[in-house]
Amino acid sequence: MEIVNKFSLNILSRSANEGFARSTVAAFASQLDPTLEEINDIKTAVSEAVTNCIVHAYREGLGKIYITGEITNTGVIKIKIRDNGCGIENVSKAMEPLFTTVGGERAGLGFAVMQSFMDSIRVRSRVGGGTTVTLVKKIAPRYSVNG
Amino acid sequence: MSVEISVNGEVMTAYLSGELDHHSAAAIRKQIDNSADLNMPSLLVFDFTRVSFMDSSGIGLVMGRYRNLSRRGTKFHITGTSPQIYKVMKLSGISKLATIDEVKGD
Repeated sequence: MEIVNKFSLNILSRSANEGFARSTVAAFASQLDPTLEEINDIKTAVSEAVTNCIVHAYREGLGKIYITGEITNTGVIKIKIRDNGCGIENVSKAMEPLFTTVGGERAGLGFAVMQSFMDSIRVRSRVGGGTTVTLVKKIAPRYSVNG
Repeated sequence: MSVEISVNGEVMTAYLSGELDHHSAAAIRKQIDNSADLNMPSLLVFDFTRVSFMDSSGIGLVMGRYRNLSRRGTKFHITGTSPQIYKVMKLSGISKLATIDEVKGD
């Protein structure tokens, strides 16, 4: 397995960047010739991860979100979303569907969506030390009719 | 993201359009709440026909309105979902709170 392409993107944790981040990652992923469903899965998962950085990690103010992506010659895309925010006290609790610390308008489904729409998710977090979410998805090879 | 609201008798319909995420949900929430407070609908319909993308913020939007309005007996209905939106809806279990129309084609 060989990495054939990479990108890295740093954004400010403004909510206006949620759409920018998911669209950029989707554009990068399109090199693997994904189906519409696969590209939507990636967009949705990235949107959740970036929103978590804004709503939770940097709830006290603005910070930087670091997004990197790589694709392999076997059709795998790996996306890392990292912040230097407050960190998650209990990762397994945070990953339970419908669990939320903010209530109100948040459904508590961010990690559930990432888990369900990607092949794998890894969350590393330390209180006060930020969080890194790694999302991986294999794009099934397709052969176009026109060769 | 924008919302157009129409009221027909006791039925209020919110026609959403654009990309629905945490950023855009904030702006339309108030419009829906204001109109619901004014019209006291017995049925609130969310029409997603013109929504091109939705993450779990869309679920939060419906759930938040449900929390406020179901106490007065308002029922909820969701229509016009794309396969992507329907997938998020299905995962969320929101069908326990609202009726959802069959998914439209790609």
